[in-house]
Amino acid sequence: MANLLGLEVKKIVETPPEEIERVQNWINSEEYKEKNFARQALVINPAHACQPLGAQLAAHGFEGTLPFVHGSQGCASYYRSTLNRHFREPAPAVSDAMTEDGAVFGGQNNLHEGLENAVALYKPKMIAVFTSCMPEVIGDDLTAFIKNARSKGHVPKDLPVPFANTPSFSGTHINGYDAMLLSILQNLTEGKQVEGRCTGKLNLIAGCDFNTGDYREYKRIAKEFGIPLTLLADISDTFDSPCNGTYSIYAGGTRLEDAADSINGKATITLGPYATAKTFSWIKDTYSGKHVSLSMPIGIEKTDALLMKLAELFDKEVPQTLKDERGRAVDAMTDAQQYMHGKKFAVYGDPDYLTGYVAFLLEMGARPYHILCSRGSKKVEKELQAMLDASAYGAGCKIYMNKDLWHLRSLVMTDPVDAIIGDTHGKFAARDAKIPLFRFGFPVFDRVNRHRSPIIGYQGVINMVSEICNKFLDIKDETCEDRYFEMMR
Amino acid sequence: MSDKIKNIDGITKESTQAMIDDALAAYPEKGKKKRAPHLGVNDQGSGSACVKSNKKTVPGVMSARGCAYAGAKGVVWGPIRDMVHVSHGPVGCGWYSWGTRRNLVSGINGVTQFAMQFTSDFQEKDIVYGGDKKLKTLLEEAVGLFPLAKGISVLSECPVGLIGDDINSVAKQSSKELDLPIIPCNCEGFRGVSQSLGHHISNDTIRDYIIETREFAEPSSPYDIALIGDYNIGGDVWSAKALLEEIGLNVKSVWTGDGELEKIAATHQVKLNLIHCYRSMNYMCKVMEEKYGIPWLEFNFFGPTKIRQSLRAIAERFDDTIKENVERVIAKYDPIMQAIIDEYKPRLDGKKVMLLVGGLRPRHTIGAYEDLGMECVGSGYEFAHTDDYDRTASEMPDATVVYDDPSEYEFEKFAHALKPDLIGSGIKEKYVFQKMGIPFRQMHSWDYSGPYHAYQGFEIFARDVDMAVNSPTWKLVKAPF
Repeated sequence: MANLLGLEVKKIVETPPEEIERVQNWINSEEYKEKNFARQALVINPAHACQPLGAQLAAHGFEGTLPFVHGSQGCASYYRSTLNRHFREPAPAVSDAMTEDGAVFGGQNNLHEGLENAVALYKPKMIAVFTSCMPEVIGDDLTAFIKNARSKGHVPKDLPVPFANTPSFSGTHINGYDAMLLSILQNLTEGKQVEGRCTGKLNLIAGCDFNTGDYREYKRIAKEFGIPLTLLADISDTFDSPCNGTYSIYAGGTRLEDAADSINGKATITLGPYATAKTFSWIKDTYSGKHVSLSMPIGIEKTDALLMKLAELFDKEVPQTLKDERGRAVDAMTDAQQYMHGKKFAVYGDPDYLTGYVAFLLEMGARPYHILCSRGSKKVEKELQAMLDASAYGAGCKIYMNKDLWHLRSLVMTDPVDAIIGDTHGKFAARDAKIPLFRFGFPVFDRVNRHRSPIIGYQGVINMVSEICNKFLDIKDETCEDRYFEMMR
Repeated sequence: MSDKIKNIDGITKESTQAMIDDALAAYPEKGKKKRAPHLGVNDQGSGSACVKSNKKTVPGVMSARGCAYAGAKGVVWGPIRDMVHVSHGPVGCGWYSWGTRRNLVSGINGVTQFAMQFTSDFQEKDIVYGGDKKLKTLLEEAVGLFPLAKGISVLSECPVGLIGDDINSVAKQSSKELDLPIIPCNCEGFRGVSQSLGHHISNDTIRDYIIETREFAEPSSPYDIALIGDYNIGGDVWSAKALLEEIGLNVKSVWTGDGELEKIAATHQVKLNLIHCYRSMNYMCKVMEEKYGIPWLEFNFFGPTKIRQSLRAIAERFDDTIKENVERVIAKYDPIMQAIIDEYKPRLDGKKVMLLVGGLRPRHTIGAYEDLGMECVGSGYEFAHTDDYDRTASEMPDATVVYDDPSEYEFEKFAHALKPDLIGSGIKEKYVFQKMGIPFRQMHSWDYSGPYHAYQGFEIFARDVDMAVNSPTWKLVKAPF
């Protein structure tokens, strides 16, 4: 017998039903919550992925760009399928398929062969290289490898090959997004700054946002203003391409020449301050024009801030169409506020989404009661706390940094809320707590078209109010006693 | 095995070879040389592989393959419902494979089943100083929080092997201290060339750590069998198990769909192993045959023709009681199956399907399509070996194309040339072909449907294939202007 653990051989025992019932109740208890929160090493149901996933998203935001994973092919398959499932769209990317011998010899041969094949088969205008674990652990020198690739003719001389180190054992997908975006912009803008030249354009960075509807909203808002726009890392067409009988491997993205010229822009705004910290810091030091970092514009006030900033930077009035739109959004809020007022929410997600959810809920008179970030920072914690402190509806709400969705489950079971805002992964906790889950974040694997419905801007406010309030009304209709089942709500 | 040579109008050895040559033309010399042996023309009568396989993926070509970790976590371990499966290393691998295979489980989440994401979430310091200590702590935490878990698997991700951690000794020590099976599985993603080595490593791990450590409490019977290589995608096990029970067999354990650790550990006591997915579990069938004298039999539960053949082959291994049961069951289901065929075949007759999947499906599902009047014009695997392609030759029509670990470029080229009415492949391929207006079904996950196994599954399979091929939405793809 090969029993390497030296286990005692036993008869199979079924767990008695009363023991199952005891544990089932126990995991919902305060005592369990304390034990759960005492965890030091085990992470259960984290609400974050690893860096390369975000890097791939950024790469898809540029015209003709092939994302290229330097590492195992399995990594690429994981990132691709995650994006496929969320957007229900293709997510073409290659890898250089490093294997065991890479640990001995390094990954240069794989990278060179991979670049050559990728260029021949997929004819990209740019290849964006990023790393998964293996080359990061063994210390591959991408700078040298890519320089050698060029000198040995594995890639055409004029093909941009930006690259980013995106170790999965540090940060989350938002940091990978930041690293890849920075590298792409550095590569494309190199030598393109022209003294005294101004494109007159706005550069807008959406941040690590997985909602194609949001990108389309940004473009519409700029159009309403009449502001010429370069939306950097524009995934709206990449991940929302038409079904018309032809497949285009590169369906969208920011034009490379626009990205290159963005360094001479009139102003650059990032709307993902946490997901673009490094990129924005470099832009501030490098780009011409004004540089502004704003929160992701979720809710009325954060959208107001964006519009006022646009008006100021481009010396324009906020157009009447957007003023009316604001009025319609506020109208939707005042009409529906009674269905959300005082309701308690658990919210989780990436920092840029979180600040938005919290702002929106407070504006509605709802309470962001449990706020959880699976990989947060002191900075975002401080920002969220300040938002809670500034609102009557923030009283008693708590922030949980670096906690996971198993912690969240304990929170919603011991100190109940009316709903959760997050992504598909929260559905288990929501089901156990018998409350609805609003899937405004990433990823959404179990609903259709969520990524096409914006959550930013005034339109986003209307969408969120509708989704949340109508769900609460559905629940009322489905669960109320017959004598309270009535025509109007 | 089909004895009849199947031909397809318009497909000849020459036309298929020309299509292959065309797909290879774009490659640089080295890439072409590497890829050429993996694209072949089927010789149905030969009964042997027409392609090379189980080789390294060519860099840069856009392969659909996963890694050894994916084969271990996603395929073998993940479906065992009463164990905590720890993805040991950085956060990503476990996150991507969390709930994305559709291996359904019974029980109560977090109480008796653990279809969740457990990870050590390696940080920079764990890479520098090693993760063994962290592992030891997290095992204690897991036992404290999930007291009804029957065991814990520790599934290594790439960095663990590269930094030289010793999870095996941590597992051994913790197993003693915590009085629970803690199973170390060295399935780092960089090992081997695909998911396949992950299956093999996991089988070896079961051999070394699990089998024979439990015994069934009830007395044995001559009808005790194990269902091997069914992962309960969309409920497949529940459908297959019900059919095996209907013919009078005792399904003592399932590897590993909706699986239970202790029953898997006692499988050395069964009389016959019935294996559906040969690729992922043949290793342990062979071990159990050599060590415990348990014979094994491959079977196919896709579509009534193959189910009928398989049930009779299974009956051959048992006495007259089972043989009579099988005939009775076949007689019961034949008219039900015929009614399904009568409903769908008129709409599907002569339609062409192309497949690219893993495991057993590129060959095992062909018969089910044929039951519906369809023909398979191309098939291939992500991670098969020669023995899989040997088994495929007789199932595929003569002169059709067979592709091993094809690049997306090759797959697209073949689809353009063959103009299939349906493609059955994975999520990475789905939207590529749907943009082209080609109907598609995910054949790893049953496209969020299922089960597809056994009689119960065929009805759902037939409905799904029909709705994919004949959906009125495809008529709208081309605009009238």
